Amino acid sequence: MTDTLVAFDDVLASYDPALGLEVHVELNTNTKMFCGCPAVFGGEPNTQVCPTCLGLPGAMPVVNAKAIESAIRIGLALNCEIAEWCRFARKNYFYPDMPKNFQTSQYDEPIAFDGWMDVEVDGETFRVEIERAHMEEDTGKSLHVGGSTGRIHGADHSLVDYNRAGIPLIEIVTKPIQGAGEKAPAVARAYVSQLRDLIVALGVSEARMDQGNLRADVNLSLAPKGSGVLGTRTETKNVNSFRSVERAVRYEMQRHAGILDEGGSILQETRHWHEDTGITTSGREKSDAEDYRYFPEPDLVPVAPSREWVEQLRGTLPENPTQKRARLQADWGYTDLEMRDVIASGSIGLIEETVAAGATPQAARKWWLSELGRRANDAGVDITDLGVTPAQVAAVQALVDGGTLNDKLARQVFDGLLAGEGTPEEIVAARGLAIVSDDGALSAAVDNAIAANPDVADKIRDGKVAAAGALIGEVMKEMRGQADAGRVRELILEKLT
Amino acid sequence: MAENTDWTRKTAAELADALAAGETTSVEITQAHLDRIAAVDGAVHAFLHVDAEGALAQAAESDARRAAGTLLSGLDGVPIAVKDVLATDGLPTTCGSKILEGWIPPYDATVVRRLKEAGLPILGKTNMDEFAMGSSTEHSAYGATHNPWDLDRIPGGSGGGSAAAVAAFEAPLALGTDTGGSIRQPGAVTGTVGHKPTYGGVSRYGLVALANSLDQVGPVTRTVLDSALLHEIIGGHDPKDSTSIDQPLPALVEAARQGATGDLTGLKVGVITELSGDGWQPGVMARFQESVDLLVKAGAEVVEVSCPTFVHALATYYLILPAEASSNLAKFDAMRYGLRVWPHEGASAEEVMRASRDAGFGDEVKRRIILGTYALSSGYYDAYYGQAQKVRTLISRDFEAAFEKVDVLVSPTAPTTAFKLGEKLDDPIAMYLNDLATIPANLAGVPGISVPSGLADEDGLPAGFQVLAPALADDRCYRVAAALESALHAQWGGPLVPKEIA
Amino acid sequence: MPEILGSSSPRGTNGRIEITRDEVAHLASLARIDLDDAELDHLAPQLSVILESVASLSEVAAGDIPPTSHALPLTNVFREDVVVPGLTPEQALSGAPEVEEQRFSVPRILGEEA
Repeated sequence: MTDTLVAFDDVLASYDPALGLEVHVELNTNTKMFCGCPAVFGGEPNTQVCPTCLGLPGAMPVVNAKAIESAIRIGLALNCEIAEWCRFARKNYFYPDMPKNFQTSQYDEPIAFDGWMDVEVDGETFRVEIERAHMEEDTGKSLHVGGSTGRIHGADHSLVDYNRAGIPLIEIVTKPIQGAGEKAPAVARAYVSQLRDLIVALGVSEARMDQGNLRADVNLSLAPKGSGVLGTRTETKNVNSFRSVERAVRYEMQRHAGILDEGGSILQETRHWHEDTGITTSGREKSDAEDYRYFPEPDLVPVAPSREWVEQLRGTLPENPTQKRARLQADWGYTDLEMRDVIASGSIGLIEETVAAGATPQAARKWWLSELGRRANDAGVDITDLGVTPAQVAAVQALVDGGTLNDKLARQVFDGLLAGEGTPEEIVAARGLAIVSDDGALSAAVDNAIAANPDVADKIRDGKVAAAGALIGEVMKEMRGQADAGRVRELILEKLT
Repeated sequence: MAENTDWTRKTAAELADALAAGETTSVEITQAHLDRIAAVDGAVHAFLHVDAEGALAQAAESDARRAAGTLLSGLDGVPIAVKDVLATDGLPTTCGSKILEGWIPPYDATVVRRLKEAGLPILGKTNMDEFAMGSSTEHSAYGATHNPWDLDRIPGGSGGGSAAAVAAFEAPLALGTDTGGSIRQPGAVTGTVGHKPTYGGVSRYGLVALANSLDQVGPVTRTVLDSALLHEIIGGHDPKDSTSIDQPLPALVEAARQGATGDLTGLKVGVITELSGDGWQPGVMARFQESVDLLVKAGAEVVEVSCPTFVHALATYYLILPAEASSNLAKFDAMRYGLRVWPHEGASAEEVMRASRDAGFGDEVKRRIILGTYALSSGYYDAYYGQAQKVRTLISRDFEAAFEKVDVLVSPTAPTTAFKLGEKLDDPIAMYLNDLATIPANLAGVPGISVPSGLADEDGLPAGFQVLAPALADDRCYRVAAALESALHAQWGGPLVPKEIA
Repeated sequence: MPEILGSSSPRGTNGRIEITRDEVAHLASLARIDLDDAELDHLAPQLSVILESVASLSEVAAGDIPPTSHALPLTNVFREDVVVPGLTPEQALSGAPEVEEQRFSVPRILGEEA
């Protein structure tokens, strides 16, 4: 079945979109939410488990203080109220990767609620209202075997690893975001991207979307233009990059409009995002049968953070993002346009780290926005997930500044970094990329170029120094780019004038 | 040396003294109980699993410690039986259910660990109603336990196995658990002592939860002093149980010893109006009244106290318990442990879950899971679970008001003596009524003890006397129960003992 | 034995509380228990009797009363964020009906995700 998609501009002519985002943040605590098992990604299967996170009969949960602290700090950074008293609740449903067949979560008493975050899109600020941030635990991971490609359909059976079960999650839920219009996809992306920056600045999560530390579910509905109502929404799950957040919103807007234009109605359902094809497909229907039978977790006592503790944690918050953006722009000397591009590319945090590692702001911007931004785009990944670190970018720039590399050679170093060939220095050595400034080799190449282009040489002899560029190009070609262009120019002029 | 001493007839305190005096060894005592189990448990069926080898090995270690002067506790070397709802590392733990047949936990419940750290050899695991749901032990998937006083009758429940084991001299001590009376009601109908501690007073870590907000682990013994001794070993704060009280236990053994002197001068006792009177078995009421009179004789002042909301306790309990239980028992799904039933070849995980849970759970468990699922489902939550939680508050307030007037509250433990096996098996409501007097304490989290009050005239079967105290004041239960016990023993010329099992 | 469950309150005026066979089937499905027809026939009337016997609870005036979910007024029971040893994979998998590649082997899972 193929969905009918309406052209994006036509969607906006007839409908107003409303967005909602649910972001799960996996905390980087040492231990799990309710037991002392390590909360780390990976590991041999079922090696980071205990009676509690395996849901063995009789085992009991005890809350990780650090997870509460992280939850409160996230709440405060999102300008939320922090509950004076709240409880955990059981969300009851059966699934093999959930050891107890209930998830210990929070229901109507979240630890943080009623906040907001300002996000910037194209120089315009949108205030995203935060409904709640609550604590819960992750599930185990299933591997589906015997079928075709590891997907569930057609699988013979599944193999479950509970290492991830019980890792603390904070779920951050926005209120419906209305009025974004054509910018709805970009607002969704900007929200998730700027939320990630905030989480990183708080230091509470690795926040890597490609690793599943940060997972976004995108709710979208359309309403007749100007009606002000909320239409029926769909929830698109597992949208695992900023880019996909934007694409998924766009796709769902076009798909909803296709159904509504034909007089159909939207089914309230879960949909799955397919990164490869850029479409969503129907998941399970959200029917009334989905009855989670929430009730307060009787094995845990209420959490009642003292106001003193909350204020003490408020003192540990990083700078507020809007002020921080203004400060960085001033510190870095970027124009408004440059800053807007940096924000749009989602690389503000990367540039900050690159500058911290020693690069100039302009050099950092140049690499992240042009060369690396292009590569991320080509690879279809977020720039934060490209696999090049700010420290590496700063190291490459240092090699350029020191005369070892020029920009062209630096690009080859990035090839090497993406191929996992080692540090920039190792790649330069292994690939033989250093600029040749040995006059002997350069001089011979210059002589060859002069001999091969006598007419150009004559022009230079006649004082047309600008013609040297053609000879420099020849030399660079012969030296396969590894020549110091400035030195080549000097040699040509020495020989011909 | 007492050559012909029957060590199974001794209390735990007496065994500890004999061990200390060098009159016997832990191996000898433990073997005596294993022999007794071999002799009578075919008829009583108190045990689901007997670990003779393990118990004797632990007993030998205890004897070695005694020789080396490195004893772990006052009860080091005194054997004990453990209700099968408590996780025991390396020993089967079935909770009386087919769904856990053959499951061997890889860890110990905190109370079991504390028994081991105190040097008590573990004789085995005792029978119970499946997942502790019942008042007769007939809901065990492995067959009913029989009351040592009359093998045709129930031993109470859910901890009928622990009570019967102690009553039949198969163990001097046992652990029970009490969610709505599962320690106290079996104690009453088998003529033994059982104490439900203050909620949070004993760790629940490793207790396979029935209703988490009501469950408590406690001692099952033949004397009040033995219960206090055992309680001091298992009790106290456990960081693995978030609902555990981070305070030292009151001096329980001291309270029991003080009570045994028989002086209750200055103590105010409240008889709960709502938990006596019409509809209660006359013989049970007669023994209760005589016991109250004995307390007066010991110097206590007795008044009537009304707790009007107690009439709703049973209904409140039968909404809260199934709700929590329905969620607790969801983990038994044939994925990670326990019974796995394939309804047909190539069945899905969900189909296997459904089939396994149908095959693995008994009727009473299914009834309560469905009732609990109903009480929690959207649209019914406020009317059922939510309302029950509010009435629960009112019941606690009744206790608070009562304890402003009196030091302890008393009632018969159960409305009747032991009924016949099978008599109420298919009448859930009649079965639930057994817990009428014991449930309020669980709802409010306060401690309660049951101590034998004598034999009912109609049937010659034991009746129980319940003493309830404010939260954290478990010592009052022990003091009053010990005073009553010593007065009754003086009257009877010793404890009541069932006639020898044929 | 007299009626003791909520005996001080009159019955509700809305008549008998019935839980239908279909409702029981739906609840059993939510609870993942495969009840057969005989079990449904047996359980439905029993559940109705139980529900009827607890119905008086709805008449207790408790509108403003705070619910009790915990018998003790404890709050803020936390654990330090320090790793403690757990189970070995052998222990973790010791009760599993089937094991493959150090994982719990479970029957095929229907539906696309949790």
